[in-house]
Amino acid sequence: MNPRRKKRLIMTGGILAGFALATGLVLYALSQNIDLFYTPTEIVEGKGSDKTLPEVGQRLRIGGLVVPGSVRREGSGLSVAFNLVDVGPAEVTVEYEGILPDLFREGQGIVAQGTLVAPNRIKASQVLARHDEEYMPPALAEALKGIQHVPPSQWQVEDDENTNEDDESSGGYYDR
Amino acid sequence: MWRWLHPYAKSEATFALNQKILPWFLIPGLLLTAVGLVWGLAYAPPDYQQGESYRIIFVHVPAAIWSMGFYVSMAIAGLIALVWQIRTAELAVLAIAPVGAALTFISLFTGAVWGQPMWGTWWVWDARLTSQLILLFLYLGVMALYVAFEDERAGGKAASILALVGVINIPIIHYSVYWWNTLHQQSTITKVITRFESPSIAPEMLWPLVVNIFAFMGLAAALVIMRLNNELLRREIHRPWAQKVLNSGDKENSNAV
Repeated sequence: MNPRRKKRLIMTGGILAGFALATGLVLYALSQNIDLFYTPTEIVEGKGSDKTLPEVGQRLRIGGLVVPGSVRREGSGLSVAFNLVDVGPAEVTVEYEGILPDLFREGQGIVAQGTLVAPNRIKASQVLARHDEEYMPPALAEALKGIQHVPPSQWQVEDDENTNEDDESSGGYYDR
Repeated sequence: MWRWLHPYAKSEATFALNQKILPWFLIPGLLLTAVGLVWGLAYAPPDYQQGESYRIIFVHVPAAIWSMGFYVSMAIAGLIALVWQIRTAELAVLAIAPVGAALTFISLFTGAVWGQPMWGTWWVWDARLTSQLILLFLYLGVMALYVAFEDERAGGKAASILALVGVINIPIIHYSVYWWNTLHQQSTITKVITRFESPSIAPEMLWPLVVNIFAFMGLAAALVIMRLNNELLRREIHRPWAQKVLNSGDKENSNAV
């Protein structure tokens, strides 16, 4: 390679390496702020190496799996409360008034945005559902995971009495 | 070792090569798109969790994969343009950018349309969605820089630098769902390459998806080839070879103009 090209190659390589290093350092410094949500464990035990606890009154997002059997409807309205867990044993209660996404089920991954009203209690203004990266037809899911296919219209429980049995039949999936 | 590449520094040789390989991308691209979309949208089984809504995957995933794939090819063209100062490589950057931007836009748009019924929101500022939006801005920036200079070669150089530097964003997009917690789920297909895991999708859904991935590659590559040939012709319209191409009739070269 002729010397001028070699020089240009080294220079462009150097610029690229410099930018990569700078971006890497920025992302490393911001790493915890780039997380979309706190996990229940991080809310209860603190986040990061210095175990910073979020303050009561702080607006935040929480992401975790809906604890089976923890969904409680209050009255006949849209009010609902449920617990979220990740690796356990820490659980955080989420209160929400509004329409839940179709994928909301016990065992499902959920991201809720709201205000921390007590050290382990969040009043949510928005509840989003996560789903995993696995795709399969219903028959295979039944054979593989024992999940009965239930059409979306029946995923959500209508009243308090049959909360548990209804949701167990819809098969909470919490493999994540 | 690279000596066979040297003739293609001449526009004429690149143009002729492009004309030769264009049908090999365009025709399979069109056929596979038809097969893949009908297969995926009509015949693949519904998903156990998302029902019919998951079918947007057959557009979303190929567009997202190639929005990154074509960015890498644009960055390589940019590197060649900077180091070897070959104008054809600058034109390749110019040819790829709008096609890549369109793929990125498709991935963002279909992602939003998919996110609304499944997640419950069109958009969330998580690491995956944000880094993909930055990719769109990088493409648009490359396009804008190219025409921002009085001197076209200066514009080509600036655009090549941005294209090259922006390639840092590609691993960030891919690994965003592993490095940070996000609303977007982790990868289903590309983890085959980056994590040596098997794809987590049932075979009867995987196959139409693979067909669509190759279909999108064929179509996008055909568009890039056509754009590059148009740019070559436009730059060298007064040169004998271009005159010859234009005068030889619209029979064989009609798809280049």
